[in-house]
Amino acid sequence: MTTNFSEDQVGQRIEAMRRRPQRFRDERVTMAHGAGGKASRALVEGLVVPLLANPALEQLSDAGLFTAGGARLAMTTDAFVVRPIRFPGGSIGELAVNGTVNDLAVSGARPVAMSAALVLEEGLAADVLEAEVSAMADAARAADVSVVTGDTKVVERGKCDSLYVVTTGVGLLENDLTLAPALVRPGDKVLLSGTVGDHGVAIMLARGDLDIVADVSSDTQPLWSLAAALMSACGGGLRCMRDATRGGVATVLNEIAMAAEVGIVLEESRVPVRPEVVGAGEILGIDPLYVANEGKLVAFVAPELADAALEAMRALPSGAAAAIVGEVREEPPGRVLGRTTFGGHRLIDMLVGDPLPRIC
Amino acid sequence: MKFVDEFRDAELAEVLGREIAALCEPGRHYKIMEVCGGHTHTIYRYGVQDHLPEDIELVHGPGCPVCVIPMGRVDDGIAIAEREGVILTCFGDMMRVPGGRGSFLDANARGADIRMVYSPLDALRIARQNPDRQVVFYAIGFETTAPSTALTILRAEAEGIENFSVFCNHVTIIPAIKAILDSPDLRLDAFLGPGHVSTVIGCRPYEWIPRDFGLPLVCAGFEPLDLLQSIYMIMKQFADGRAEVENQYSRVVKYDGNPVALKVLADVFALRPFFEWRGLGSIAHSALQVAPKYARYDAELRYEMPGVRVADPKACQCGEVLKGVLKPWECKVFGTACTPETPIGTCMVSSEGACAAYYNFGQYAKQRLSLEVLQ
Repeated sequence: MTTNFSEDQVGQRIEAMRRRPQRFRDERVTMAHGAGGKASRALVEGLVVPLLANPALEQLSDAGLFTAGGARLAMTTDAFVVRPIRFPGGSIGELAVNGTVNDLAVSGARPVAMSAALVLEEGLAADVLEAEVSAMADAARAADVSVVTGDTKVVERGKCDSLYVVTTGVGLLENDLTLAPALVRPGDKVLLSGTVGDHGVAIMLARGDLDIVADVSSDTQPLWSLAAALMSACGGGLRCMRDATRGGVATVLNEIAMAAEVGIVLEESRVPVRPEVVGAGEILGIDPLYVANEGKLVAFVAPELADAALEAMRALPSGAAAAIVGEVREEPPGRVLGRTTFGGHRLIDMLVGDPLPRIC
Repeated sequence: MKFVDEFRDAELAEVLGREIAALCEPGRHYKIMEVCGGHTHTIYRYGVQDHLPEDIELVHGPGCPVCVIPMGRVDDGIAIAEREGVILTCFGDMMRVPGGRGSFLDANARGADIRMVYSPLDALRIARQNPDRQVVFYAIGFETTAPSTALTILRAEAEGIENFSVFCNHVTIIPAIKAILDSPDLRLDAFLGPGHVSTVIGCRPYEWIPRDFGLPLVCAGFEPLDLLQSIYMIMKQFADGRAEVENQYSRVVKYDGNPVALKVLADVFALRPFFEWRGLGSIAHSALQVAPKYARYDAELRYEMPGVRVADPKACQCGEVLKGVLKPWECKVFGTACTPETPIGTCMVSSEGACAAYYNFGQYAKQRLSLEVLQ
């Protein structure tokens, strides 16, 4: 059998497809739309953003940036629906605060204030609720942010899973730095603040559906001090930061590669991963690069400042295991390539589905 | 990680790659089929091809359990799941396989209760925990996974669990290999034998391949170095003028297989006269059904289902891909209409599917070549 097109032409066709504006075509929402991969992208870019269109939203950043009364502000919002609500290394209350402040931090904004709305399931034990609000209070103190307003709603038993938290965070942009994916350029280095996959694997094991016992804790932690250290170490040499939550590091790299029209080469052997996470991934067929983190950021830094950035990160507990994991290239634009530990190469695409629903 | 990193050593790979290249006869092109989808995944995931000379072409075979499930059987599963009080359970890969009426994920969005499990024993546990519901395990896979399904049926019987049944889609590897060798449009030089299937059936069932067709077969493990070593063993056979069944995966595979597992299979399952394979059509004696002795655990007897053959979409060329006749990217809809998020064919769904593996990891050689990087 012969075909009348070449492998390269197929590649070009796929590239054109990837760059087409997203459309939401599904008849119903499925769990895949919540996984942070391609289906989520279609939901957000194909349905939500077109209807709410405005310049700040269309940036599709972790936080929307705007000016009010002369102050440059960042605002973010997030919903937390994790199951189980308590897991090794954290709980939904702590996650809600850290997740919110981290979206501000990687946007370059110092977290100032946040809101929290609690959706409670009928029958939720009072001590469970109290523990989660206390966890929020502790996390807010640690992140130096105040929960200045909130709301509570109760729904019938079975209509939510114990407790959902919806937050909004406001942060202050205190310097003149501009951080944006579009600033990322060939030659830049890719820095990762620590081990990947801890949160997603901790949640998966905490569910107890799998008879796997391993000592893995969620990495939920605030990232503002790390972000601030990077900004002061690199100044304008810091192009962009992202926190690698749903969809993991692989998804963040793909988003940046597409937004900046650059290629990214990831040296897989330099990506820090705990052996327990590698092991769980091996058993379950899950690549830690796609697993969610709740306290890790990816930074793109000018090459001459990469070592300084690494030093600044490693000086902080939240960046102790930081590493330079890759490099930005001109080719192939919009793509992430991995050099495997085996000395071969592979494409690292965006996540398609997610074997781990409701991890944050 | 110990016992893993040793099998992914880049330096050893380079050495093996050079030795393989030295065994290549100048001007000869070698087509080696890896039968198993797990191998396909490893090849792309680790860039195994990067260590091979250009004259060795790896052709992806039919051994991806998800890929061979025909659309009609997906619809049957959905029909079971849509019955009042039923929980359907399946391996994660099955969730996105498109049937005539969408996938299991779509069925869930319409209100069905289809849950992902990692083992049929998890399905049995769900049955135990939900005595007022009927729990059905949607069983797929070759001889690799069939014994665990069989043992689960035996466990259900031993515990007297009555609200559990199995919708059996287990298939067997040998008839599929026969179908490929009988296919007129493909010329192969050798096989990488399916390591995990062989842990159960052993190496003996492949002996007709060198005997009748003169093709070497090496049972291969699943780490990238296993594959390179197996390819080396195949090339050595060519160099020596031999065609034999050899076992590279001897740390796991015994030449005579696993007699206990084989006994359980023979007890719990019976061969179906025919089974439809996606893209390959109906193949005689190629699949298993629950034996009459365990009929009360057979979901096909317990539930009415459409049971009809649903034709593959016209554009879909999964059959040609499964037989190794087409490379994934040679399919007309590859990467455009058919992508992992909106698959038309099964090969684009599972990470073991040739198309999904190529789309997710492999995509175009040009990119590999542009990669003189990060030294």
